[in-house]
Amino acid sequence: MRVKLSAMRVRNDLVRRIEELSGQDLLACYQCGKCSAGCPAAFAMDLLPSQVIRLVQLGLVEEVLNAKTPWFCAACQTCYARCPKGVDLSRIMEAIREIALQERGDYLVIEEIPAEELAEFPQLAFIGGFRKYTA
Amino acid sequence: MAIAPIQRVLIIGAGIAGMQAALDIANAGYEVVLVEREPSIGGRMAQLSETFPTLDCAQCILTPRTVEVGHHEHIRLRTYSEVEAVEGQLGDFRVRIRRRAAYVNWEVCTGCGLCQEKCPKKVISDFERGIGPRKAIYTLSPQAVPNKPVIDRQSCIYFERGKCRACEKFCPTGAIDFEQEDAIIEERVGAIIVATGYDLYPLSLLGEYGYGEVPDVIDSLAFERLLSASGPTAGQVRRPSDGAEPKEVVFIQCAGSRDPELHKPYCSKICCMYTAKHAMLYKHKVHDGQAYVFYIDIRSAGKRYEEFVQRAMEEERVLYVRGKVSRVFRENGKVMVWGTDTLSGQNVEVAADLVVLAPAMVPKAGSDVVAELLDLATDEHGWFTAAEANLQPVETKRAGVFLAGAAVGPMDIPETVAQASGAAAQVLSLFAQWAERNGNA
Amino acid sequence: MRIAYFPGCTLNTTAKGFDNALRASFAALGAELVELPEWNCCGATFPLLVDNMLDLVAPTRVLLAAQRQGDRLAVACTMCYNVIRRTNNRLRSDADALEKLNYFIEAEYRGGVEVLDVLQILRDDVGFEAVQAAVKKPLTGLKVAAYYGCMVLRPPTEVAYDDPENPHALDDLLRALGAEPVEWPHKAECCGAYLAVKSKEATAEMSYRILSSAQRAGAQAVVTNCPLCQFNLDKQQLDMGRRHGGYQPVPVLYFSQLLGVALGLDTADFGWERHYVDVRPLLESLG
Ligand SMILES: Cc1cc2nc3c(=O)[nH]c(=O)nc-3n(C[C@H](O)[C@H](O)[C@H](O)COP(=O)(O)OP(=O)(O)OC[C@H]3O[C@@H](n4cnc5c(N)ncnc54)[C@H](O)[C@@H]3O)c2cc1C
Ligand code: SF4
Ligand code: SF4
Ligand code: SF4
Ligand code: SF4
Repeated sequence: MRVKLSAMRVRNDLVRRIEELSGQDLLACYQCGKCSAGCPAAFAMDLLPSQVIRLVQLGLVEEVLNAKTPWFCAACQTCYARCPKGVDLSRIMEAIREIALQERGDYLVIEEIPAEELAEFPQLAFIGGFRKYTA
Repeated sequence: MAIAPIQRVLIIGAGIAGMQAALDIANAGYEVVLVEREPSIGGRMAQLSETFPTLDCAQCILTPRTVEVGHHEHIRLRTYSEVEAVEGQLGDFRVRIRRRAAYVNWEVCTGCGLCQEKCPKKVISDFERGIGPRKAIYTLSPQAVPNKPVIDRQSCIYFERGKCRACEKFCPTGAIDFEQEDAIIEERVGAIIVATGYDLYPLSLLGEYGYGEVPDVIDSLAFERLLSASGPTAGQVRRPSDGAEPKEVVFIQCAGSRDPELHKPYCSKICCMYTAKHAMLYKHKVHDGQAYVFYIDIRSAGKRYEEFVQRAMEEERVLYVRGKVSRVFRENGKVMVWGTDTLSGQNVEVAADLVVLAPAMVPKAGSDVVAELLDLATDEHGWFTAAEANLQPVETKRAGVFLAGAAVGPMDIPETVAQASGAAAQVLSLFAQWAERNGNA
Repeated sequence: MRIAYFPGCTLNTTAKGFDNALRASFAALGAELVELPEWNCCGATFPLLVDNMLDLVAPTRVLLAAQRQGDRLAVACTMCYNVIRRTNNRLRSDADALEKLNYFIEAEYRGGVEVLDVLQILRDDVGFEAVQAAVKKPLTGLKVAAYYGCMVLRPPTEVAYDDPENPHALDDLLRALGAEPVEWPHKAECCGAYLAVKSKEATAEMSYRILSSAQRAGAQAVVTNCPLCQFNLDKQQLDMGRRHGGYQPVPVLYFSQLLGVALGLDTADFGWERHYVDVRPLLESLG
């Protein structure tokens, strides 16, 4: 299928919202791929981190909202630490998660976690997890 | 002007730029004072193996020039020297040059090389980019012009411990002179050309690429030395760690270039081309080897340049991978490269034997001193800036001072030479105007 | 030396051994960690949305509590360190944010507190040489892999007190204790952090890469300063053998535990029983 690009599409509301929430300039990314190359969680992702940015640059936000990738970003900052353009991808991922959580509800259901595991998790793991995965 | 302007020129830096300008001006019959910091001339080009896009042997096209410069009746060569002070103005600059003590009397030295052979002290050679040795008494290469050695005081055993003098013992002409001191030379010239060239960006600042930690991660100039017949491996491609022939070689472009956030924002312009050359020459030497080039974009905008890159892909079977490498590290005796291929959307890993980085070009160390001496403008990265970028690319705001070559910014040899001839033409035009005025007076 | 100290929730509970060993060791080195009289959870992750002021409230409260005690705050948990330090950076560079947050917390935090990781204090204030001099039972012959994780290194400009690509503070400390830190490439790779609560598979894979690399380098133990890394790396090993045949578990310790051992302290409350892979046989083998 051929994607129709237009001013409307590439600057659509969700694109703007991602830019606002993340504070990042999406067009600063020149698609070098260094973020993807170093991402420790990329093996579990369906889109590479640089592809997430690319899709948003093209205005294809639905595709990233449907993707697994934002949920697998561990906010480790490896990408940001090395990005030649200073793009903080972890913030873009957080912005996408935020929109998805608002539109589609929680990603993590606490009841799904077995009780004995819940008891074992260090506090910061589940506090962190809840901040990332619930609205 | 009260006194007649002086029709002599000072050229700072004897790389291909400084040499070209010197020859153009000297061949027109004017005198040139050519000052070079290193013991011999040629600059970076003397380190290169072959040159793109023709694959000429660099040494072969350079040597006739260095020899001509070395013997030219109108060129006063001052190597192992630096300019210390400049006074005066257009038509009459008074220049003070410090010639460092070489501890060898070049007047009597015949360049036989015996001292270098006998010197017991081996040090890592900068000229060989850290992958080859030299002695404490050394010339840059056997083809050096002038082919006279210098003693590096820092590493000489005699200077350190008060005994050795092996070179002195074996020198057939009694040229070694441990008492030699720096010499100060005064020169008067009417114009100046700055041709101080470039360095490579320090790769220690790119910690993710392992340079300095992993022995088989080297920079592009070191790879030139590996390819050079006159280099430490006599032109055999061998990896530094164990001397084995590397079968999987990864080239990483834009190491520190095009990186406004952390390193240099500009494109270094020549590295796409020399990397294609490297991959090609590697394949010429190691037929069963595999070369990978990680790139962001390929910049090959010169005559026959794009064709050259395509040849690397098609004829030499070099695999170009579009994506920046994020990390290089050593594991299990391999150099692991974590990259990505943005075209297919796959992360990739190569267990390489050798990794070659193409660092950003930066102004030569000490060019800030030259800028201050001559009161010249530099940009935020330290490159000399021309009076006007479009129409006066070799002139500076200071009358009588001109620029040539990679001191201005990243530049390959053809552009450097063209620029140098441009600067020489500016100087010759000045001299001609002065001659005319004097003749008319 | 006395310094205000924020242990954080995790060191108060699952990582109590980290905390006990740390306090005892600091005391033995003549440096007292004085727990903040009142403190709250920092929130565990630094909020990454520009307008998320709410999640900055908790760490700002911690900073306020620290301000009452002086101008330096020692933080042990690396995640807390990351959150509090980044919050502090934001408050120092963004007058607007500072004003808003002060309004929220109904107090005046002035931005003057210096947030320091305990390892950084050991290095810069106590000094590894002083540590070495105080060692009673050197860890001679113990091959360890120093593992830093993410939180004290990234983002480099905001939190790193070490070389972010080739960190060595922990290696240097372990060397001072007489141990032999191995050279290995995955010191600063992410363990998966809170992905653990959602995807066991991803965390297991990330942990495996780190642990197997450490073992290939010859490490007998992995030593870390992050309670979440410790948990992930330690716990994931329980069924690592099932995923990766032949996998042999390796103990994962806190640096403070080894510090305490080397200083010859009583290690009874160092939390050994909390480890999934038992550490004691290795320590006993040291004699
Ligand atoms: C790995 C690599 C491969 C390359 N391959 C090719 C190729 O195949 N083809 C091609 O066209 N180009 C190639 N180049 C580019 C080429 O090296 C440059 O274009 C060329 O060397 C520029 O010449 P230059 O004289 O301006 O500078 P340089 O070669 O840097 O010469 C400057 C000279 O000035 C001297 N100097 C500096 N400061 C002072 C001072 N203060 N006082 C006295 N002397 C001073 C230096 O010692 C040096 O001798 C390559 C570059 C690299 C890094
Ligand atoms: S590293 Fe930065 S510039 Fe490169 S693709 Fe990723 S976000 Fe874009
Ligand atoms: S912050 Fe997220 S996207 Fe970036 S490297 Fe870490 S896990 Fe990957
Ligand atoms: S041995 Fe003497 S003559 Fe021969 S190169 Fe050395 S200094 Fe010159
Ligand atoms: S010339 Fe090529 S390799 Fe060099 S900086 Fe430019 S794009 Fe990168």
